[in-house]
Amino acid sequence: MAQGEAKTLKYSPVIGLEIHVELNTKTKMFCRCLADYFAKKPNTHTCPVCLGLPGALPYINQEAINKCLLIGLALECQVSSESRFERKNYFYPDLPKGYQISQYRWPLCKNGKLKLSDGTIVNINRVHQEEDTGKLMHQGEDTVVDFNRSGVPLVEIVTEPDFTTSEAVREYAKSLQQLFRYLKVSNADMERGDMRLEANISLRPEGQTELPAYRVELKNINSFSFMVKAIEYEIKRQSEELEKGTKLTQQTRGWDDNKKVTYPQREKEEAHDYRYFPEPDLPEIMISMNQIDQIKSEMPELPLQAQKRLVEKLGITVSDAQILTENAEKLTYFEEAVELAIAEQVSPKQVANEILNRGVDIQKTSIIELVNSLVQRRSAVISDDETIRSWAKEAITENPQAVSDYKNGKTNAIMSLVGSVMRKSQGRADANIVKQLLEKLLYV
Amino acid sequence: MNISDLDLIDTINALDNKQFSLNELTGAYSERIKKYNGELNAFISENEVVDGIPVGVKDVFCTAGLQTTAGSKILEGFIPPYNATVVERLLTKDVGVIGKTNCDEFAMGSSGENSGFGVSKNPWDKSKVSGGSSSGSVVAVAADLCVFSLGTDTGGSIRQPASLSGVVGLKPSYGRVSRYGVIPMASSLDCPGPITKSVRDARQVLQWISGPDGYDSNCFNSKLKDQSSKLENLKGLKIGVPKEYFGKGLNPEVESVIQGAIKKLAELGAKIIDISLPHTEYAIAAYYILMSSEVSSNLARFDGIRFGKTRDNFGMEVKRRIMLGTFSLSSGYYDDYFNKAAKVRTLIKKDFEEAFNPSTGGVDVIVGPVSPTTAWNIGEKISDPLAMYLSDIYTVPASLAGIPGISLPGGYANELPVGLQILAPYMREDLVLDVAEVYEQNTNWHKEKPRL
Repeated sequence: MAQGEAKTLKYSPVIGLEIHVELNTKTKMFCRCLADYFAKKPNTHTCPVCLGLPGALPYINQEAINKCLLIGLALECQVSSESRFERKNYFYPDLPKGYQISQYRWPLCKNGKLKLSDGTIVNINRVHQEEDTGKLMHQGEDTVVDFNRSGVPLVEIVTEPDFTTSEAVREYAKSLQQLFRYLKVSNADMERGDMRLEANISLRPEGQTELPAYRVELKNINSFSFMVKAIEYEIKRQSEELEKGTKLTQQTRGWDDNKKVTYPQREKEEAHDYRYFPEPDLPEIMISMNQIDQIKSEMPELPLQAQKRLVEKLGITVSDAQILTENAEKLTYFEEAVELAIAEQVSPKQVANEILNRGVDIQKTSIIELVNSLVQRRSAVISDDETIRSWAKEAITENPQAVSDYKNGKTNAIMSLVGSVMRKSQGRADANIVKQLLEKLLYV
Repeated sequence: MNISDLDLIDTINALDNKQFSLNELTGAYSERIKKYNGELNAFISENEVVDGIPVGVKDVFCTAGLQTTAGSKILEGFIPPYNATVVERLLTKDVGVIGKTNCDEFAMGSSGENSGFGVSKNPWDKSKVSGGSSSGSVVAVAADLCVFSLGTDTGGSIRQPASLSGVVGLKPSYGRVSRYGVIPMASSLDCPGPITKSVRDARQVLQWISGPDGYDSNCFNSKLKDQSSKLENLKGLKIGVPKEYFGKGLNPEVESVIQGAIKKLAELGAKIIDISLPHTEYAIAAYYILMSSEVSSNLARFDGIRFGKTRDNFGMEVKRRIMLGTFSLSSGYYDDYFNKAAKVRTLIKKDFEEAFNPSTGGVDVIVGPVSPTTAWNIGEKISDPLAMYLSDIYTVPASLAGIPGISLPGGYANELPVGLQILAPYMREDLVLDVAEVYEQNTNWHKEKPRL
């Protein structure tokens, strides 16, 4: 729908994305408190450092730096041999020091990229390390602070303004979520706030190459679908405003899912001057080539690499491979099942089919159960050529459209014939044999 | 024997030889605090139970269970739940905190007059300032109200008051001593260090408190040179005398004391070499930008919400530096101020590196005055902050460079103490201490005591 509308637009969207992800390190970014704060008793994972008590100092958690580098390298970034922590100064009750230790001029990783499924490249401006804030909770009239989250390591990934559609934003964000899970650096759960999205969006007249003079920041949006809706709403809203001749200005907006609208949160005049400067309590971070090589050597297989392997080595279709590699757990389950299945002369395709089309719950079904059921079903499978041939002939006469489509080069059309035969066999026919047979019959 | 006359080393020996008990020791000092602190105002708070060799701790060091104010009304009543690393280390060496010493508010000042708890008075002349910011720490040592004390030196806050009050004050290299638990003024400059009755005491305390703790990322593991090796004389030693430290503004009487000290060093075998540290004149300007920038950020946590009082309890000087620093870091000004000052800092560091460079015939140590004047009258410079800032002109360059320096008694001008400053390359406290100790052993200045 969004694309249909976009065609009638005189304006094209310019969208950049910032993603924050909380790392799953054992301890916090700059102190030894446990970093896991979820559902813990408030203010129990705290110390002078993360409470910002007078005299307390930050001390770098190397595990967090390594995980940040892992993300950066997976996104093909350049790792800075020298980078720095910097202070971002602002007041907020959840920020006990009055500044957040972050990175600005000297990020750990920069200039990376990610390729989307349609081949477009999203350029990554930077991947940097920072710390999370405490959490405000509103209890009736009161607002209280829980500092368990204060100082939890956070990585920020900022793209160039390379997106033009909400769907591309969704795909990118989902790919990053998948990546975080593959790298085992974060649970990347949106609802728990492990992963947070911010989009910068503005419109420019079609054909214009320079960036618009304003941008709207969409913040505090905690699901992929809300983000997509908010972006689509903004494209429509901004284009209507521009159409009316309104001069749009810098603004931060949130998403109201009840009203399905974005609403203003902060105007430009209220924008902070963060007065960034190098964090004097911490030394420069020096990263050697050896360290980079070490981290690269620990890099697990990434989703795209795994997909390629499934397609090339196991003969799985691209779309099936995409689903099987959605998360590392599913992939491991599939691969272990395949190993067992091959010994039982069950093909990887059948295993994939079983997992994907029969909706096997991989949490509940053991690999042995899965393969056993495949082996048992095989004995019931009809692979008798003559029986299948008669069904196939019937299917061809019953589906002239599919047949002519196929003969006109739409090879996919054969699948509806296969489906027809499968229905006749009540699912017992061997789909591979059916397909081969149909191909033979139609070739004539 | 007067117990409170003894320096730390003699005190430890006397305790070991059972010449007096720990109770007698702490009793003797507590007695003196009772007698003299009312007038001198060296301590902001006193510890009720002293279980060890009495140390006076500048009130910027967090002490668990003991009020820690940083000399500011905003922190009056603040009781930290933890000890600074340095305090923690002393407690394992049978040292006990006898009290928290007075200081300029958040260590900002050169006279002690910016304390929220009143000025500390110079024991040599109570109408004079003690120097600052470690004002109470030097007064307590000079008046024998503790065996030694702890101070912090950001732009001269150990060396300058040590000079004005006639005690030994050692500013270690930046990163030699952990800053954990020390309420910061400027994080890239703050150096905790000892204030003592003798050079050998400073050596001992430094050994106790230095080294990384896993809490200060800027504290480096650089081993202190063998502490037992001490020089007999200064034969073969090259001492640099920077011409920029003897310019306009140096009081002639102070100058003649320092020239006398240099002559003594020459007599002891040192080769005196005139050198130049050409960027010295930019040090104060660069320092006030960098320091105040860090101050503006470091003091943000004192928002009056979770601890301490409201921000109207900040004193004038603190407010001045917060505003100065906030301005320097503001968008559009960063490059002209902060960034430029950072470049000046690099040039000043290079000045020292070149002066000390052995491959170009550089010197081993640098000597000069600590302060352009002796202690001035209380109230004299309070309304002229710039004049006050300029009194740090000989101490600030070493702070910006991060190198070690000491002030030790070098003579008297108009019956007021004059400190001799000795600077050495980064992490070469051993050189500073060795030269200082030879000088001390061959002079009698340190034996003088103020008449209270």
